[in-house]
Amino acid sequence: MSWHNTPIALMAKALAAKEVSSTELTGYFLDRIEAGKRWNAYLDVNAHLSLEQAKAADALIASGKGGKLTGIPVAHKDVFVTRGWKSTAASKMLDGYLSPFDATVVTNLGIPSETNPSGAGMVCLGKTNMDEFAMGSSNENSAYGPVLNPWNAQYVSGGSSGGSAAAVAAGLAPIATGTDTGGSIRQPAAFCSLTGIKPTYGRVSRYGMIAYASSLDQAGPMGKTAEDCAMLLSAMSSHDPRDSTSLADSGEDYGRYLNQPWKEGNTNPGKPLEGLRIGLPKEFFADGLAQDVANSVNAAAKALQDLGATLIEVSLPKTKLSIPVYYVLAPAEASSNLSRFDGVRYGHRANEYRDLGDMYQKSRTEGFGAEVRRRILIGAYVLSHGYYDAYYLQAQKIRRIIAADFQAAFNQCDVILGPVAPDVAWRLGEKSKDPVQMYLEDIYTLSTNLAGLPAMSVPCGFSPNNLPIGLQLIGNYFSEARLLQVAHQYQQASDWHLRQASEVA
Amino acid sequence: MKLDDVQRIAHLSRLELNQAEAEAVLPQLQAIFSLVEEMQAVDTKGLEPLAHPILFIRDLAQPLRVDRVSESDQRAENMLSAPAQQDGYFLVPRVIE
Repeated sequence: MSWHNTPIALMAKALAAKEVSSTELTGYFLDRIEAGKRWNAYLDVNAHLSLEQAKAADALIASGKGGKLTGIPVAHKDVFVTRGWKSTAASKMLDGYLSPFDATVVTNLGIPSETNPSGAGMVCLGKTNMDEFAMGSSNENSAYGPVLNPWNAQYVSGGSSGGSAAAVAAGLAPIATGTDTGGSIRQPAAFCSLTGIKPTYGRVSRYGMIAYASSLDQAGPMGKTAEDCAMLLSAMSSHDPRDSTSLADSGEDYGRYLNQPWKEGNTNPGKPLEGLRIGLPKEFFADGLAQDVANSVNAAAKALQDLGATLIEVSLPKTKLSIPVYYVLAPAEASSNLSRFDGVRYGHRANEYRDLGDMYQKSRTEGFGAEVRRRILIGAYVLSHGYYDAYYLQAQKIRRIIAADFQAAFNQCDVILGPVAPDVAWRLGEKSKDPVQMYLEDIYTLSTNLAGLPAMSVPCGFSPNNLPIGLQLIGNYFSEARLLQVAHQYQQASDWHLRQASEVA
Repeated sequence: MKLDDVQRIAHLSRLELNQAEAEAVLPQLQAIFSLVEEMQAVDTKGLEPLAHPILFIRDLAQPLRVDRVSESDQRAENMLSAPAQQDGYFLVPRVIE
């Protein structure tokens, strides 16, 4: 059985029917991880720990105490701290770091115990590579080397959750967790032909998620199908008293609408999306969008129209400005968050220094990579005396306009549709010399983080050189279940998400 | 932004940049800030800054909990990744002569 081609929804059925054990599944993926090292998707693997968890999951299933996800393996982005597996955020600063606790996401998905009675019972396969501290759009900023794209090893996997994306695309995990601060779930999902969703800000706890930009960071699933993502998100999301921005109304079944028509009572099987109004922001289809991406996204819009949806043009006038706004706010928050790394209690400490001040300075300079240092400098500048009003406050005011623009659009439509990124994956090294060129690639994803809206990436085609293209769906606050419904209906009528990279056996 | 600014913010950030590194990073930061300058053309008079996305849709009360000991002693685990330690304490260079 080729389990690496199997969605977790089917894996769950096979486990429940005792056709396969969690130990067998876990061993299967551990073997594939070992054989698939060339992608550089994982930063830490511990077969002994994974198999121990699989054994516990099998015992739960045997005693009838298993849940829907019990026994299914999952890979965690290395931004989530884990007991047992090293937690580095792909930074030299945290090389070898052993966390004394698990992130809430890891706990929620993990093996249940006395202190964690509601754990979903999933088995951790290891920690996936990423851009250092989640800062990057290509995974080339990892201190442990770039992740290669399973669709073509000469190309980037996207970032910052590039390791999670490549792990699922190369069949080294059936599903994975990611985080999205400016597109870091959606863009690598698009570049590797996965389905991924960034939920509404506050849906998933940030406790134990190594912080980059706290008002933007949000975790979500990256998998093969919308149905798989709904299953994982339902288990990831919970109200967490340990995160002050965790929303009280977070736990829900995000898969409840998957197989229902958009409009209750619609019995036309050919038009399940009748009544759905899809808005296409004209700014998302303007100059700068590659023609092959535009063609695939337009074809997907047409396919949704064939399923009964209505297409209308909407406007998000400040789309271009989301780039400067994001690259002021995110570095500002990062410079504050990363001030905790001082080489005192954990993390890298320089070998030689004159005094305490010198120790801080040398440890930080040696521990952080070039892009992280650059963003800390930008953040310190925009927050410094004399510049705060012109940069930081101005960015926060435009952030309010951006959020309001979305509400104006949602007066006319239920879901917004566009591309995830202006182009497909680029060649390794092609954009790494020029940070601004890389920042411009985030144009279609940043605004939803600034507004805190849920958004997802769904495979919708390939470029002429066979690189995946992603469709972006953006919903209003708390509408994840509806977004997943639209994506699921699209996946019932298309097969882009089922295609496998030919380099992957 | 000038070279002096780079050295000033590097110091604020507790990062060390020698002259050559500062000169290399300056044009990168200038390129980023020429993008950032586009924000100045937007009229934001009378608008409140939005620090947090949820504040756009609802008031967020500061969540409070009962002041009760909830954590067990994890000292050994907390010391696992200490760069230097002695007698169960984090060791740092002498700060008071």
